[in-house]
Amino acid sequence: MTEWIDVCGADDLQPDSGICALVEGRQVAIFYLPKEKALFAVGNYDPIGRANVLSRGMIGDLSGQPVVASPLYKQHFNLETGVCVEDAAVSVPVYPIRIENGRVEVGVGG
Amino acid sequence: MSTKQTIVVIGNGMVGQNFLAGLVSSGKHTDYDIVTFCEEPRAAYDRVHLSSFFSGKTAEDLSLVEEGFFERSGITLHLGDKAAHIDRAAKTVTSAKGAIIDYDKLVLATGSYPFVPPVPGHERPHCFVYRTIEDLEAITASAKDGKVGVVIGGGLLGLEAAKALTDLGLETHVVEFAPRLMAVQLDEAGGAMLRQKIEALGVAVHTGKNTSVIKDGDGCRHKMCFADGTELETDLILFSAGIRPRDELARASGLEMGPRGGIAIDNQCRTSDPDIYAIGECALWNGMIYGLVAPGYAMARTVVADLTGGEGSFTGADMSTKLKLMGVDVASIGDAHAKTPGAMVYTYQNGASEVYKRLVVSQDRKKLLGAVLVGDASGYGTLLQYCLNGIDLPENPDALILPSRSDESVGLGPDALPMSATICSCYNVTKGDICQSIDGGCTTIAGLKAETKASTGCGGCAALLKSVLNSELAKHGYEVNTDLCEHFPYTRQDLYNLIMVKQIRTFDELLEKYGKGRGCDICKPAVGSILSSYWNDYILKNEHVGLQDTNDTFLANMQKDGTYSVVPRITGGEIKPDMLIALGQVAKNYQLYTKITGGQRVDLFGARVDQLPSIWKDLIDAGFESGHAYGKSLRTVKSCVGSTWCRYGVDDSVGLAIELENRYKGLRSPHKLKFAVSGCTRECAEAQGKDVGVIATETGWNLYVCGNGGMKPRHADLFATGLDKETLIQLIDRFLIFYVRTADRLQRTSVWMENMEGGLDYLKSVIIDDRLGICEQLEQQMKYVIDTYQCEWKTTINDETRLKRFRHFINSDAQDDNVLFVEERGQFRPALENERKHFKLNVETEKETVTGEVE
Ligand code: SRM
Ligand SMILES: Cc1cc2nc3c(=O)[nH]c(=O)nc-3n(C[C@H](O)[C@H](O)[C@H](O)COP(=O)(O)OP(=O)(O)OC[C@H]3O[C@@H](n4cnc5c(N)ncnc54)[C@H](O)[C@@H]3O)c2cc1C
Ligand code: SF4
Ligand code: FES
Repeated sequence: MTEWIDVCGADDLQPDSGICALVEGRQVAIFYLPKEKALFAVGNYDPIGRANVLSRGMIGDLSGQPVVASPLYKQHFNLETGVCVEDAAVSVPVYPIRIENGRVEVGVGG
Repeated sequence: MSTKQTIVVIGNGMVGQNFLAGLVSSGKHTDYDIVTFCEEPRAAYDRVHLSSFFSGKTAEDLSLVEEGFFERSGITLHLGDKAAHIDRAAKTVTSAKGAIIDYDKLVLATGSYPFVPPVPGHERPHCFVYRTIEDLEAITASAKDGKVGVVIGGGLLGLEAAKALTDLGLETHVVEFAPRLMAVQLDEAGGAMLRQKIEALGVAVHTGKNTSVIKDGDGCRHKMCFADGTELETDLILFSAGIRPRDELARASGLEMGPRGGIAIDNQCRTSDPDIYAIGECALWNGMIYGLVAPGYAMARTVVADLTGGEGSFTGADMSTKLKLMGVDVASIGDAHAKTPGAMVYTYQNGASEVYKRLVVSQDRKKLLGAVLVGDASGYGTLLQYCLNGIDLPENPDALILPSRSDESVGLGPDALPMSATICSCYNVTKGDICQSIDGGCTTIAGLKAETKASTGCGGCAALLKSVLNSELAKHGYEVNTDLCEHFPYTRQDLYNLIMVKQIRTFDELLEKYGKGRGCDICKPAVGSILSSYWNDYILKNEHVGLQDTNDTFLANMQKDGTYSVVPRITGGEIKPDMLIALGQVAKNYQLYTKITGGQRVDLFGARVDQLPSIWKDLIDAGFESGHAYGKSLRTVKSCVGSTWCRYGVDDSVGLAIELENRYKGLRSPHKLKFAVSGCTRECAEAQGKDVGVIATETGWNLYVCGNGGMKPRHADLFATGLDKETLIQLIDRFLIFYVRTADRLQRTSVWMENMEGGLDYLKSVIIDDRLGICEQLEQQMKYVIDTYQCEWKTTINDETRLKRFRHFINSDAQDDNVLFVEERGQFRPALENERKHFKLNVETEKETVTGEVE
């Protein structure tokens, strides 16, 4: 069972950019693309740069897949699968995310 | 005793060295003992680029000898020793210092000397020639306390020397005996157009002048008296009246000479003694002395072939030339004077844009025999190929010189060239050679240069080389892609123009109209930078915020552990004690690691994202502002203490540095920009290693551009001299905006310059002579940027909604538990991996933190 945890208001989201939320001890990077009304949540820890920084990376797409670029060494992580574009052996966790009644919720467990 | 044969080479100039290098790369050099005499105090250097000595190149930069070349290849170099005598019967060479060497084969590569007409007074002090590095050093020293300089001789070299004199800050005159400039290469109309252009650059040209005597001047060192009764006063005289072969040794040993000098050689470059060769400017082939380096190299290759059992012969060389003389394009191809019987001539002259072109074609109008181009030599490559390869001309040959008014293209594509076509005449590289390299996997200009040496000589073939590469790559199915990234099929420069012309204000608008997808970390910051250079909006405006790298978003540089550094601006490196104390106090309050940077300011490290606003608030309250260390923008203007304190200081370098830093701070550019100002030529601020460098001199400020430290250091080029402050700033304004408009993303000014077609002279013609007529626009844009400057940090701390971003968690005041500090030398620094283990807080994966399964 996915448990939905309330993290912040929808107006706390940064358009075309990221924020970080603390979700039951996990650091979760949340990205928001207002034009396509898309929301993504992945782990904030960059396993290559070894620091909690992914929420501060730039987002965009590579060959159509939505990605975040690490601000440290610029590797890209697929926002849907968490897999690193440059090295498929490396990945970050991905989390379900939704907006309910103007609140942003991240799913854990399940 | 060695049983090997001995080769002695007399003269280690451009051609002598090219011969040695050719022999070594043939691998056959080990068959011989090789000895070379070099009269000059240094081994071979690039005489062709001698003038770049004045723009900061050193003797080392000009060297043509790779480090360790002689040692590695076992060649004995007699440096600073002149061959004084050849005994052909005994087969020995005796040197001035007394060395006697037996030879089996002798190569004469003694070059030529500048001819000085025997005008009475020609031996006075401050009369020079232009051939060696020592000549240039003497000219520089003499120019220091002179005001006027005269070049005698209006040929190629004379005009190049005239440019050097203007660069040295002298009022410059060219005195020519013939009725026009460059009489050998140009026809009358071409010469007249060139004169008009050169005079417009402030050089006085006197043609038809015969100097009868040089004596003491009244106001200057010399007075030159001409046969027509006129006079000219000058401090310095440079003779450039042609060259004469250095054939004295050969003559004394009884070798056959030409009637007017020169060592006669056959197609194998052998002299009248079959064991003696002559190559380069001392050699006379078929009644011709070639005063260019490419024919000399061809001779050197011939002799290498002859000695190593290869095939080769010298059967003459093309004397076509293309140059930029004082920023003016000049080219001459083949039979420029239409001496071939029946030759037909087409001319095109445009008085308004000062362009002159002349085509000489065969009687049947099928073949191109020669051409003259002044003011616009862009057609040189194409015309030369028509001429050299005997390619059939189009039906209306004049289309080749008329300005193209429609889309029809008359240029000769690289595909039309035969494989045998010479692309680079300096190194005799054919289209075939280049294609072979490309087939072998070489796909870049840099790679081709390294493999084939094409375009590493005079550089005249660069454009052609590039077009051959692109066309071959296209044929191999490679996409020659200059797109910024997958989202925009445009170069940075295209995007800049689109934004400017279509007045686009946001990334989304640009993406919608000209791109696709969502953008990425390549195009977003590039477009963000263009938008801010052009519109200079606050970079954290909603529509721009997603375009910035984290450094720009948080107005600070991210460090390896995710914390940030804080760098306030300290203009010119000058700081009041109270400010220094305030800075120290802030560092102390927040326990920031403090370090003096290489850019003369202070960097505070280890700030958490949530601390940045309050740190900056404290700094701003103390009177600091953002140092833009995070932006692709002006970093620092380094200064030396200058005339304020230094006993050698010529002008106030600190004052100027502060003024420049305040003027250009915040300007967003393709890459970071660094400046420096030195108070005298001792150059303690290292201005010649900066994008923009300024050095004070007695006659005003000297401006240098496009220097770089970093990964590939580059000396800056001297751009303009003796400037007053107003002109200096005007030139820098123009230079910066032109760079901002035309450079590629993340291209420092040094690389931008290296890739610029036409190089320094072109840049000067745009920025100083306003060749494109855009200088006013450039200045206006700079004015706009300066007028709209804001300290981004000041704007940010006063904006509640912006401050929301400066926290680690949106939903908690907790801090990032992965940030750990360790004390070292009395300050804090990030913990190392093994130190983290020690803290038992290893955050290897998300899961472990959550479940608390810590080792
Ligand atoms: C702090 C400092 C080193 C120091 O402790 O002294 C420094 C630190 C960094 N330099 Fe530097 N450079 C510093 C002076 C220099 C200098 C010396 C100078 O400016 O006189 C140079 C050589 C001069 C030059 O640029 O031509 C220099 C050449 C580089 C380069 C290579 C640039 C190149 O064109 O090859 C990089 C890499 C880049 O920009 O791509 C670089 C990049 C960096 C980065 C931004 C690396 C990074 O991405 O993290 C470092 C950021 C530090 C920070 O967070 O503030 N840094 N760096 C110096 C800051 C000066 C300042 O006050 O702003
Ligand atoms: C300022 C300048 C610009 C030029 N620009 C161009 C250009 O754009 N394009 C181009 O093609 N050409 C150009 N040239 C010409 C080019 O430099 C020459 O063609 C080339 O250097 C000829 O090479 P070389 O080896 O024959 O002569 P050099 O390079 O002069 O070498 C001859 C060497 O032999 C030494 N020597 C002479 N006698 C003795 C002896 N008895 N014992 C020992 N050593 C001896 C001399 O000291 C000298 O070092 C330029 C020349 C100058 C000066
Ligand atoms: S030299 Fe390298 S390590 Fe040192 S500051 Fe510059 S970029 Fe960082
Ligand atoms: S023609 Fe001189 S470098 Fe190629």
